[in-house]
Amino acid sequence: MKKAKYLGIFIILIAAVALAACQPATPATEEPMAEEPAAEEPAAEEPTAEEPMESAMPEDEWGVIEVAPGDPVRIATNTVTSGAGVDVFGINQNRFAALAVEDLGGEVLGHPIELVAEDTLCSAEGGQTAASKTVNDPSIAAVMGHTCSSSCVPAAEIYAQAGYTMVSPSCTAPSLAGYPDMATHQVSFLRSVFNDLGQGKFAAEWAFNELGARSVATIHDGSPYAQQLVQVFTDNFTALGGEVVAAEAVNVGDTDMRPVLTTIAAAGPDLIYVPIFPAEGGFIAQQRADVGLEDVPMMGADGLQTATFIEAGGDAAEGQYASGPALPESDAFQAVLDKYVAEFNEEPPAPFGPNAYDGILMIVDAIKKVAVEGEDGTLYIGRKALNDALYATDGLQGITGSFTCDERGDCAFAQGIAVYQVQDGAWVQVTD
Amino acid sequence: MRQRLAGQLAFTNFVVWGIGAAVLVFVIVGSIATISKGIYPPDVWASFIIFGLAQGSVYALIALGYTLVYGVLFMINFAHGEVFMGGMYIAFYVARAFEESGLLDANPFLALLIITIVAMVSSMVIAFLVERIAYRPLRRAPRLIPLITAIGASFFLQNAFRGLFGPSTKVYPDVDILKGNWVLFGVRILKTQVLVIVAAVVIMIGLYLLVQYTKVGRAMRAVAEDKDAAALMGINVDRVIVITFVVGAAMAGAAGVLYALLFKQVTHTVGFIPGLKAFTAAVLGGIGNIPGAMVGGLFLGIFESVGPALFFAGLNIPAPNQLKDVIAFTMLVMVLIFRPTGILGEALSEKKA
Repeated sequence: MKKAKYLGIFIILIAAVALAACQPATPATEEPMAEEPAAEEPAAEEPTAEEPMESAMPEDEWGVIEVAPGDPVRIATNTVTSGAGVDVFGINQNRFAALAVEDLGGEVLGHPIELVAEDTLCSAEGGQTAASKTVNDPSIAAVMGHTCSSSCVPAAEIYAQAGYTMVSPSCTAPSLAGYPDMATHQVSFLRSVFNDLGQGKFAAEWAFNELGARSVATIHDGSPYAQQLVQVFTDNFTALGGEVVAAEAVNVGDTDMRPVLTTIAAAGPDLIYVPIFPAEGGFIAQQRADVGLEDVPMMGADGLQTATFIEAGGDAAEGQYASGPALPESDAFQAVLDKYVAEFNEEPPAPFGPNAYDGILMIVDAIKKVAVEGEDGTLYIGRKALNDALYATDGLQGITGSFTCDERGDCAFAQGIAVYQVQDGAWVQVTD
Repeated sequence: MRQRLAGQLAFTNFVVWGIGAAVLVFVIVGSIATISKGIYPPDVWASFIIFGLAQGSVYALIALGYTLVYGVLFMINFAHGEVFMGGMYIAFYVARAFEESGLLDANPFLALLIITIVAMVSSMVIAFLVERIAYRPLRRAPRLIPLITAIGASFFLQNAFRGLFGPSTKVYPDVDILKGNWVLFGVRILKTQVLVIVAAVVIMIGLYLLVQYTKVGRAMRAVAEDKDAAALMGINVDRVIVITFVVGAAMAGAAGVLYALLFKQVTHTVGFIPGLKAFTAAVLGGIGNIPGAMVGGLFLGIFESVGPALFFAGLNIPAPNQLKDVIAFTMLVMVLIFRPTGILGEALSEKKA
């Protein structure tokens, strides 16, 4: 009898948890209204506002953000700020975002701008958690984030369902913009950074032409970013006439790369292409020598182009290559860079900070275009209107170049890609 | 065995054995395919085995800590991975100081010895504190409670180290004398790996001698056998438990230095996965059994290293090394299906269970 009672309680608990978890996402239209108990505009409570002019609040399929007079306009900065080797990306991006807010005067349309930071952990679970948290806060106007493609993929879906627009400064995986299949594109996803289709092509051409590599071994780490980049690189490299002699993979968090490297050594490549993250990249750089591959250079991508890789790889990191965003040559960028160095006492330790700066510029510019001010000074921002305005960005001048968004959310066609090499313990650009 | 078969041919048993058989068939087919295709020459297989032995020695040393504590307290000390990490972390600062002062190059063996002693002492201190603060008050509590406390202690230690020392990765300096490799019968063996394997064997022999031939060891064995009877025989059970924790921690500290020699990167989360794998190894070899922990550790290390290439390459499964963890844990499941008490485990008596 006792067992049956416990079994019963157990089943009830499980059912309760299941019911709680399986609740359908509350439609975006109802959220802001439900969450604003102090309704300044009694007319706003009516779900069907026939005369938008009268109530001054725009109607919007995805919901409206209400910013009371004096309240800040809140933008979420969901980046990766913890994790061995990858935390520098997010910390750097948050700093640049703060500089962007400063340069904008700290306010938009009379309301201060507030950045709300969330840690995305550079993983699918972290991205999901951060996104869920953000969409439960109706005061967030838009999201500048995430950092890693592995966290962008689930997060973009969550944001799209809730009607929150995201502008990513570093999620470069082609699938996010619907390549090759438009089904993987989410309606509220945009990015202020290049697409890896370009980066993979550039890297393959450089490896073939400049480095003279004819046989390549690739290693990815199972993340969407690395897998897709390896695919693009392979397609382009083989099209040029090169050969991929080994296609291997490791897991994020693996420490012993020697078995993988032994397998690769047996195939005898000219170059090892490893578009992975600094921790694993560091192990590969060091352990190459243990299997006789110390003369074979390794080439990473933007994920590797950080100060943490140089730290982790030690002496073995010297002379290795990585592709990444080219440093812009504009005066505007130089001014921001000088400000960064003055305030934080170091050079940016990772790439994609300027893309975060430009992401904030894009969002604020779009807010200025669509925000409607009510009679008492409340600012109304329609979510879908904001999304459409962002997609309509045309010729906006940021510090990395000019931004024009296409229907897939790619906006940074003007951004250049370069190849860097570790020389004397620092990344140096080796292409123009 | 016959009794079990005759007794309960219940459906679940059937399914479990079915799964076990399916995995076994897959493994055998994969291995035969790989070997018959001759994808890798014998010296590459030998390399894999050596990597596995080195990695496995580290797992074995950590697993000894788990098994010793389980033997006396019947509790899994989940904070043991952090004890391993703590020793490694604190010894890092000593190693860096030695590198800067030049001692690491001038007299490497002395430097390494001191680094190891510092690591062992740090681990012992951490384990002592954890036992005193987190476990002793719960000595009489139901068995689930100390388990949860252990997990809590593990998180606490990880984040304490992160808070004290920062989240950046610390990299151990290179030891010049350990660079390079020897070639034995055409097989290239790294000098670091030789050191790791030899050191681990020496330490394990030392532990075995301690447990079998000293008074302290006899007390430990007595407490593991029957705590109350040992108390009646005049053994100070509390003191023996502390000694057990401390000995296990010393093993973990030494393992930390060996791990650092192999992999060099240290962060506050470095203890988590090896701790988990070492626990797996201890269970694999028979939890509570000291030779079992050693065997389990080596077994696990070799399986992780050789497994992906052996089982998957022949079946043309791409990038098999991604599935390394799958292999390790599936193997654990398999061993537990066919031999539930572990490879060298004894049947659990009523009282122990």
